[in-house]
Amino acid sequence: MSLADLTIAEAAKGLRRGAFGARELIDAVLERAAKTEAELHAYLTIDHEGAREAAARADEELASGVDRGPLHGIPVALKDNLCTEGLETTCASQILAGYHPPYDATAVRKLREAGAIPVGKTNLDEFAMGSSTENSAYGPTRNPWDTDRVPGGSSGGSAAAVAAGSALGALGSDTGGSIRQPAALCGLVGMKPTYGLVSRYGLVAFASSLDQIGPITRTVEDAILLLEAIAGHDPADATSWAGELPDFRSELGRGVEGLRIGIVEELSGDGYEPAVLAAVDAMVSSLEAEGARVQEVSLPTFDVALSAYYLIAPAEASANLARFDGVRYGLRVPGATTEEMMARTRAEGFGPEVIRRILLGTYALSAGYYDAFYGQAHRVRTLITRDFARAYEQVDVLVSPTSPTVAFPVGARTEDPLAMYLSDICTIPSNLAGHPAISIPIGLDPAGLPIGFQVMAPALSEPLLFRVAAEVERLASFDARPEVVTP
Amino acid sequence: MPIDIDISHVARLARLALDDEQLERYRRQLGVILEHAARVQALDTEGVEPTGHPLGFTNAFRDDQVRPSLERDVVLAEAPDHRDGYFVVPPALEGP
Repeated sequence: MSLADLTIAEAAKGLRRGAFGARELIDAVLERAAKTEAELHAYLTIDHEGAREAAARADEELASGVDRGPLHGIPVALKDNLCTEGLETTCASQILAGYHPPYDATAVRKLREAGAIPVGKTNLDEFAMGSSTENSAYGPTRNPWDTDRVPGGSSGGSAAAVAAGSALGALGSDTGGSIRQPAALCGLVGMKPTYGLVSRYGLVAFASSLDQIGPITRTVEDAILLLEAIAGHDPADATSWAGELPDFRSELGRGVEGLRIGIVEELSGDGYEPAVLAAVDAMVSSLEAEGARVQEVSLPTFDVALSAYYLIAPAEASANLARFDGVRYGLRVPGATTEEMMARTRAEGFGPEVIRRILLGTYALSAGYYDAFYGQAHRVRTLITRDFARAYEQVDVLVSPTSPTVAFPVGARTEDPLAMYLSDICTIPSNLAGHPAISIPIGLDPAGLPIGFQVMAPALSEPLLFRVAAEVERLASFDARPEVVTP
Repeated sequence: MPIDIDISHVARLARLALDDEQLERYRRQLGVILEHAARVQALDTEGVEPTGHPLGFTNAFRDDQVRPSLERDVVLAEAPDHRDGYFVVPPALEGP
């Protein structure tokens, strides 16, 4: 086994035992990337030099007794919508080609301070808009489990890198499922924290009231390690949580006996693959056998969550992406007037999905339609949050599939935007409510493709969420790895 | 039924210089997506307050203190065109 296949927790132990150094660890990861990248294209940029230098420093520090904690010397991948000082940040868009941010995102700065080593910047659907990582201006990422299939998205590059061993863990961003869905499709743990738990400063904004940064890892323990490093209030993000942080480990090991688990009725049925539903059912039975009290719960507004999302997210995106106009950074296409220059720059710089969403959002916000679309979507958002609150009077956590299907073939949904949008039907409600949710791998379908199990919990209930997730992980004892990493 | 929208007007508002073939394609696709999105209108939301911040935050205050910001030269280095400490753009109005 290569060092690249260790979990973060295992690598942290090995580094402290002196079994290997941070330099050997980064070399193993870069070697894995060299072997897999031509096929997978998980990364847009690999910072060979920066990563090796950082690893050398990490070794020197450890040797001189400076220990920054469990992420010290750990190679991590960063989604390319997170600003990295001096390292190209493109959001997988032509409009930001060659952009070198003058600062680090807060989450990136905190990872560096914790001693983590950024390997590079991972591919995504342009500006995080998509569910397959096919909407990248620099070409799609492939799923390590089957390279004819997508890794999911939009954090598909981060998921593919961790699944392939070209990083031990990664950060993604989740606006409607963009961490959890690719994690599910790549056999990994993916977690979206409570809205505001992680600072969004330096995350290139897509839909500001929905976006959250979170971890993609091989284990629940690794997800906790990354979240512990990046969570916390940030004066630079006024929407970040200023209260006390929960102790994410406080409920670990308590099991699920007596815990009330709700199966979301609306997240099953037509459109869900039988193998996915069967695996979810089997996990629910296992939880029940451990003493959990399971019941079906109905959240009727989930049926319109997707519709509300596809008004709110594009509306916010159309405002956020107004800044890409050829004036301050990125691409400029010449024009006779400022307006012509801007309109040409934007039409050439943005890809089709981004243009589609900007048009959709502009329409939903325009005079005469604002209240019927955008205003109504925000009132429906309140109803969805009320549905959650009612459900949490009856149960402690909610569970569902993470995605209705396993990884789908490259190209299968690119011609039908609505079919692509349906990929996020299970994950969107948690973003609308601002609640935390996590996907844990629980098995493979008959074709050998991973299936994810989603657990949702009330706002700031991360300790409960991790407790249940750790139990799901133990019961599933999922230890399959994609072929690309087995020698 | 797909919703029919004035796509040229919307593209102008969004500052996107699209050709006729692109406009027609987006008009059709948006019509189908909006038909689905319009399902939010079926719900009775009489008296329901819209969600602002998901956790119900309102204002976040901080002390009004002068702090260093990014160096001007560092920021301008990323601009497509700049001169004397300013961003440079083509004329805002067409010439005579």
